Amino acid sequence: MSYTLNRQQIAWRVAQDIPEGAYVNLGSGMPLMVSDYVPAGREVIFHSENGLLGVGPRQTQQPFDNNLINAGNIPVTLLPGGAYFHHCDSFAMVRGGHLDISVLGAYQVAENGDLANWDLPKGRKAPAVGGAMDLAVGAKNLFVMMEYFAKDGTCKIVPQCSLPLTGQRCVTTIYTDIAVLDIINGRVVVRELIEGITLYTLQAETPVALQVSPGLQLLQAPRLDEF
Amino acid sequence: MINKILPSAAEAVRAIPDGAVILLGGFASCGFADELLEALHVQGTGNLTLVSNNPAVAERGMALLLRDGRVSKLICSYSRKEGTSLIEDLLQAGTMQLEIIPQGTLAERVRCNGAGIPGFYTRTGVGTPLAAGKEHREFEGETYLFEPALKADFALVRARRGDRWGNLAYDKSARNFNPVMAMSKARTIAQVDEIVELGVLDPEHIITPGIFVQHVVATRQA
Repeated sequence: MSYTLNRQQIAWRVAQDIPEGAYVNLGSGMPLMVSDYVPAGREVIFHSENGLLGVGPRQTQQPFDNNLINAGNIPVTLLPGGAYFHHCDSFAMVRGGHLDISVLGAYQVAENGDLANWDLPKGRKAPAVGGAMDLAVGAKNLFVMMEYFAKDGTCKIVPQCSLPLTGQRCVTTIYTDIAVLDIINGRVVVRELIEGITLYTLQAETPVALQVSPGLQLLQAPRLDEF
Repeated sequence: MINKILPSAAEAVRAIPDGAVILLGGFASCGFADELLEALHVQGTGNLTLVSNNPAVAERGMALLLRDGRVSKLICSYSRKEGTSLIEDLLQAGTMQLEIIPQGTLAERVRCNGAGIPGFYTRTGVGTPLAAGKEHREFEGETYLFEPALKADFALVRARRGDRWGNLAYDKSARNFNPVMAMSKARTIAQVDEIVELGVLDPEHIITPGIFVQHVVATRQA
């Protein structure tokens, strides 16, 4: 595998699939980069579970206003038209199905759309569910962004999650460094695949049966440097 | 004349005993009532159960209580913090219990308590380890979990401005959990950056009406 998307490029690819007018929550970590790559002229409203709608770019002027942060504790701005609200209202938006898209990271995704992204085997790190379980059941579409393979080389798309679940049958699309895959009726469907990898190789490296979208395309992203 | 204003953080937390269950407003590193928490630390209160979205471990206030072993149980949604192993160390040592509650469920369980509702049903957590032992019930073909109202003895909240009736207004995302914790049935103590005369806060802008607040303390702005 000579070429894979870096994290910025995965974020770029996710951003292309967010339509005009969508209300979107970005999970902390890699998903927060998605807002940097929404195409110019497309109006998307970002929700942050700590009580913001209309999240704008990061603050650039020192000193930062630390009372205006996103869920990843990063000082951000609020766009004109943005709003502040408390946590119950924020999670009414989440749980009540008002968000169009939630973007989360993942440790594992099962072929039926089960998501595991909050707890690791005992002792490695303290558990961190945050709002992920609410987002998993509440958002109309759940986009996962992750590397296709874990650091130990195992595929993160699995027949059944071995790690504690965040939600059941909730993932709609998986964006990775080598492929974009939709979960449709409990089957994993390859929609885009990067140049240099054959479907045969991808299937050989993946422990679940893959289907191929009739509109299969090359996974491409502009060059974006890691920072 | 109603006057909920107290002269100091020390006086405000004096009634909080060992073993109290305390709700904390705040999220990530913003909107925590640091000075009230520090007064509690100075007072020597321990064996506390803290209910907070996350432990603010790298900062002031709560970090001191955690570091010095005053917290016997932490109820939160997110216990991980890059750059420190304080929580992992406390769990490893077995000196602190941890209960994880999904963030939206945490907020709603506290709200239920304040709103006189015994609990609520939610799809959040179904099929996960956090559903263990909870009542499951079907509504219109979907499975839900019952989540009971979360009771506490005190709530320590932080607001931008308050008045002698206990009305509170917040600052941007430092609002977060504060209005939710304030409205619980617990005794609510508000740390505000500034106390203003009655009538200064625009009624349209009061987020927490004073009925939910028992004490207000002004502290210097951080």
